[in-house]
Amino acid sequence: MPVDVQNMQKIFARPDSLTDAKSTYCPGCHHGLLTRIIAQTIDELGIAERTVGIAPVGCAVFAYRWYRCDAIQAAHGRASAVATGVKRADPNLIVFSYQGDGDFASIGTAESIHAANRGENITVIFVNNQVYGMTGGEMAPTSLVGQKTTTTPQGRDPKLFGYPIRFSEMIAQLDAPVYVTRQALYDTKHIKEATKAIKRAFTNQVEKKGYSLVEVLAACPTNWKMKPIDANRHIAKVVEKTYQLGDLVNRG
Amino acid sequence: MDDSVVIAGFGGQGVVLAGKILAQAGMNHGLEVTWLPSYGPEMRGGTANCTVVLSNDPVGSPIVDSPTGLIALNLPSLDKFEPTVAANGVIIMNSSLIQRRTKRRDVRSFSPALNDLARKAGSEKATNMIALGAYIKVTGIIPLSTVQTAMAQMLKKEGKDKFIPLNRKALQEGYDALHE
Amino acid sequence: MGERLLLRGNEVIAEAAIRAGCQCYFAYPITPQAELLQHMAVNMPRLGRTFVQAESELAAINMVYGAASAGVRTMTSSSSPGISLKQEGISYLAGSSLPAVIVNIMRGGPGLGDIAPSQCDYFQATKGGGHGDYHMIVLAPSTVPEAGQLTMLAFELADRYRTPVMLLADGMLGQMMEPVELPKPIEISSLPKKEWATDGAKGRNPNIVLSFDLDPEVLKQMNLILQKRYRQIEAEEVRYEETATGDADIAIVAYGTVARIAKTVVKMARAEGIKLGLFRPITLWPFPGQALRKLSEKIAIVLTVEMSAGQMWEDVRLAIAEQAETPFYGEMGGVIPTPQRILSEVKKHAG
Repeated sequence: MPVDVQNMQKIFARPDSLTDAKSTYCPGCHHGLLTRIIAQTIDELGIAERTVGIAPVGCAVFAYRWYRCDAIQAAHGRASAVATGVKRADPNLIVFSYQGDGDFASIGTAESIHAANRGENITVIFVNNQVYGMTGGEMAPTSLVGQKTTTTPQGRDPKLFGYPIRFSEMIAQLDAPVYVTRQALYDTKHIKEATKAIKRAFTNQVEKKGYSLVEVLAACPTNWKMKPIDANRHIAKVVEKTYQLGDLVNRG
Repeated sequence: MDDSVVIAGFGGQGVVLAGKILAQAGMNHGLEVTWLPSYGPEMRGGTANCTVVLSNDPVGSPIVDSPTGLIALNLPSLDKFEPTVAANGVIIMNSSLIQRRTKRRDVRSFSPALNDLARKAGSEKATNMIALGAYIKVTGIIPLSTVQTAMAQMLKKEGKDKFIPLNRKALQEGYDALHE
Repeated sequence: MGERLLLRGNEVIAEAAIRAGCQCYFAYPITPQAELLQHMAVNMPRLGRTFVQAESELAAINMVYGAASAGVRTMTSSSSPGISLKQEGISYLAGSSLPAVIVNIMRGGPGLGDIAPSQCDYFQATKGGGHGDYHMIVLAPSTVPEAGQLTMLAFELADRYRTPVMLLADGMLGQMMEPVELPKPIEISSLPKKEWATDGAKGRNPNIVLSFDLDPEVLKQMNLILQKRYRQIEAEEVRYEETATGDADIAIVAYGTVARIAKTVVKMARAEGIKLGLFRPITLWPFPGQALRKLSEKIAIVLTVEMSAGQMWEDVRLAIAEQAETPFYGEMGGVIPTPQRILSEVKKHAG
């Protein structure tokens, strides 16, 4: 069938806020998709010229490369503190941190909790893939009971290593946060919902409402040693049992 | 002029404030001064002391081996600092709480009953001001009026304005209690 | 001439920071620098500026990292154990070429130590206390007024060289009061714009603040930029003071409060006929090694006095080598070397 190039309509494009830097993420990893959703959100809200992204340490360490906006690479776990510093220095900036589970929920526990407790008017994207991807598949604070990692080769034994930490639920106990939600990206329906959640989390900040946290259950086929499609199914069938999806706080 | 005084007592006896007032008065009098507190976790009830140095020249060391003056509001303070006082120095010891006499023969010592005098002036809380009034009387380092002004200044700064009349009276009483 | 006020070292550092245009201050309480934090808590909000009591020293220094990235003048303060916690952030500040001021009101260590005055963090401050090849400018005030002046200077140097600057003092200087004329406030709007800051990419390409590159050749280049800057600082920012060294047979090298105590010792020694002088480094990094070396060419004995086991002494000996005798007297754990104690050390060596 001949293609009518003249009358083609552009219905899908790379967001302006997404740079053309080559991705460093593995095939099947959800980081790339999530990055795109954030860039699209920045476009939609028209905030690129006043947005500052905070990159973590972990698989997303290069996050400062992906967005066409100012960015800071932070020390491991400290992104929420760095975000606090930027936001307090200039409250008109839109500041988001992008942090993995090791960064946000282990080494950065204090910074994460207290930025939330102060109700900093920032947006935190918390990527929970239950594993330390970059350093070689070690146990994360969020690893499931029985999950095999390179530091729990027999599976995570709660007697020795504790239970998966439901960090968003902890933050939801605080008075200050206006929006705490857990989302997933394993199918179109969930991608749509997650996209809405992220937009809401940024909109809250634009409207000066306060602290918003979006936890995203993400797949790590490489370290889970699964095919991408199986990793998606694993989230739906297994991970979600420990980490239930949905809004935990919605004071908007 | 090089005057250095250690003011020592229980925490809560106001030695730190007395020292601050003396330092403020010295500065107002055109002298160079330093005020150095002992600082610690004991806010009340422990031992406290401070050292004030007053000089015509810029002050080098704010810490002094042999102070020219000692105000000892209780016995432990006297025991601790008495041996350090410079020859021909001055010791004011609080006979309300200290039963013994000084062991030093080479200093001028005075033993006013500071707590009793303070009570007479209106409150035992002003013991420190009685002591300070007495000290400036016997040393003559700074006029009483200058110290009175400094006292009001310092209490205002610390938000304790309402104690100014009591402290003014106590400084005067302390000043009048000793001669020389 | 401004008004003479009787103020604590801690208060003066805080007030000078405000006058230097510090817009964001982040800290965690610790003795003996609490008055600094308290002064900022009262005065920063009053001026519409930022005061945050952070959840930890780590958080505080990383808030500084964020605020510095956004281009404002920013400061944190603490005392020894807290400064150890800040080392991570200081390394990142240095690596990312961010200007910031860090105040250390030193206390006795190691470990929890005590809360008494000490100079036991000299190595940590001057040799790069965190990871990586870096230095920061270290300024050591010896009086309360100088603490104010050097705080102003710290902000200026931090901006000029895009580097963290440490004001290194001890508990005695933090706690003591002395008459001071506060420095004149600068006009924040007159400060040059920081073109590199992450303050929103409006009408320009995005700015990135980072201390990171996985390519060793690139990271080497980043390091070379730092090293070049350090050489420039060494060439241009060395500061020191000499007292009575002209005819001296023996000199003390001391910094901070020990140096002011030594000034009294100079007077005492000279009253007894001992020709004693004093060499006081004001910048501990860059260390005034060349000036000290020059001094040692005419003075046979150079006695280092510190409230440490001999940390600055290493730099003194590096500078002087075999040129003069280099004895040492130090106190540790918060014990202060009094004028008499120092004088008796001087007498040991003056013969």
